[in-house]
Amino acid sequence: MKWILWSLGLLLCVLILLSFGVGRYPVPADTVVSILAAQIFPISAHWTPETEAVVLGIRLPRIFAAILVGAALSISGASYQGLFRNPMVSPGILGVSAGASLGAALAILLGYGMLGIQTLAFVWGLLAVGATWLIGNTLGKRGDPVLIMVLAGIIIGTLFTAFVSLVKFVADPYNTLPTITFWLMGSLASVDIPDLWLASPPILLGLGILIAFGWTLNVLCFGDEEAKALGLETGRLRFAIIFCATLVTAAAVAIAGIIGLVGLIVPHLARMLVGPDHRVLLPASALMGASFLLLVDNLARALFEVEIPLGIVTSILGAPFFLYLLSRSRKGWN
Amino acid sequence: MLEVQHLSCGYGQRTVLQDVSLQLHSGELMCLLGPNGVGKTTLFKTLLGLLPARSGNILLEGKATRHWSRKEFAQRVGYVPQAHTPPFPFQVQDVVAMGRVAHLGVFSAPKTPDLLIAEQALETLGITHLAKASYTEISGGERQLVLIARALAQQPKLLVMDEPTSNLDYGNQLKVMAHVRQIAEEQNIGILLTTHYPNHALLYGTQVLALDRNLGYRLGSPADVITEDYLQHTYQVAVEIHEISRRDGHATRLCIPGY
Repeated sequence: MKWILWSLGLLLCVLILLSFGVGRYPVPADTVVSILAAQIFPISAHWTPETEAVVLGIRLPRIFAAILVGAALSISGASYQGLFRNPMVSPGILGVSAGASLGAALAILLGYGMLGIQTLAFVWGLLAVGATWLIGNTLGKRGDPVLIMVLAGIIIGTLFTAFVSLVKFVADPYNTLPTITFWLMGSLASVDIPDLWLASPPILLGLGILIAFGWTLNVLCFGDEEAKALGLETGRLRFAIIFCATLVTAAAVAIAGIIGLVGLIVPHLARMLVGPDHRVLLPASALMGASFLLLVDNLARALFEVEIPLGIVTSILGAPFFLYLLSRSRKGWN
Repeated sequence: MLEVQHLSCGYGQRTVLQDVSLQLHSGELMCLLGPNGVGKTTLFKTLLGLLPARSGNILLEGKATRHWSRKEFAQRVGYVPQAHTPPFPFQVQDVVAMGRVAHLGVFSAPKTPDLLIAEQALETLGITHLAKASYTEISGGERQLVLIARALAQQPKLLVMDEPTSNLDYGNQLKVMAHVRQIAEEQNIGILLTTHYPNHALLYGTQVLALDRNLGYRLGSPADVITEDYLQHTYQVAVEIHEISRRDGHATRLCIPGY
């Protein structure tokens, strides 16, 4: 199984190098390598300053944003699918996306800048999941806490989506409303280096902890009572895993907006490749999610004259791909 | 080893069992018998600490388990649930290794000694050949054996089994029960299991706890507890109990439907 992870890592590296060259301003691969190497080694420039600006100023942050966001959404999707023992679950199941959308919409309505939008999106994403957690934990005392948590998440998600619509309804239709609408479509086009510095600590931290929980997640797949009888403090562990998954998703949504289906599809793809053992599945999901989103983002900016928002492309490409996966897998939905 | 003192248990407002006291020693096999809905599962969940006890005490090795952590508890008590299908196709050897969780930290995975213990548990139950198979693709009887192996990998002093023979065909029922008795005798583990078959209790049990419909119970040796009278009273069917001699000369009691 180790070699599959190494191959996935290698694939990602190749994709990264290729992605620097893709776009309306094509850059040959050797120039890309030279420009990157010149940041560390003293190499005399044989390229134009414009080329360097495109590679380092525009494509570099975008590529790393795609990697971070893809890895974040996929690993939290994989963790939730294990934790909730349900392959239909996606990272937004506890309401984080709906909460982040409301935060961003409010920030745009109030005329905040980029930093304000990202901060509010992140905070409201956490708040929404916090509300779900409280409801799930209070009502879940009797009965199946996992099921109650998922149902609470669906309700909170619906509620926050209604609030988003309310914000859109009162927003200025010529100025604020389009901004909100475009933010909700999801895109990496405006990500810059400072955004990456903000988003990467929570994402990398959550990613690391979730991967360390791999074996524990395997046991939690057997349900609350069995995991307890095997010696796990399931309540605390569920909290820790939900917290980490929410942290990475909220940070990803804050810089990229709503990017659908990645967190649902990639874990399935990874499970087909490496099996259900979360010790391998979680790192594989992160690597594949990074590659997947990088690939789709390249398509989003290279396919047509006008760039299509990434969230639209992932959904349009993802839906048929997911149906194909379903027809291939013999037992996804027990 | 396990001592239950005046235990009452139930859900919400409803008390299901009242004032149950029992003792179970290592190597003993206690069968828990009773019609559907009298509280066998409730008693199990309370014993396992999954439901809080209404009143009374549960002592393990002389110490009350009320404030034990899940981990401390699982190092001593293994639970074998009814066989089920989990949503993901784990390998059998991984499922058995999950029994080691109580001996590991939350961030660590089983290491070589743990895997050896898991391997040994598979061997005890004679299913080493299933190690690499997918848990979702083996038969119901095999799955039940895997769950028993997982509980053995916990290296418990006490095993609690929830209807280990339900949904199994005749051959698998006998195999599972033979393994259960063997575990009690050879590994000196105390076993508490629920069953719907009075014959299982008569054939394999060293003690029987029979719950009846009115919060009451009887506890004692199988021959004392499982009488025609008890069965007729509790299940409202006519039953005859006969003593037969086996080919090896030992006598056994069996119950059969009466007319």
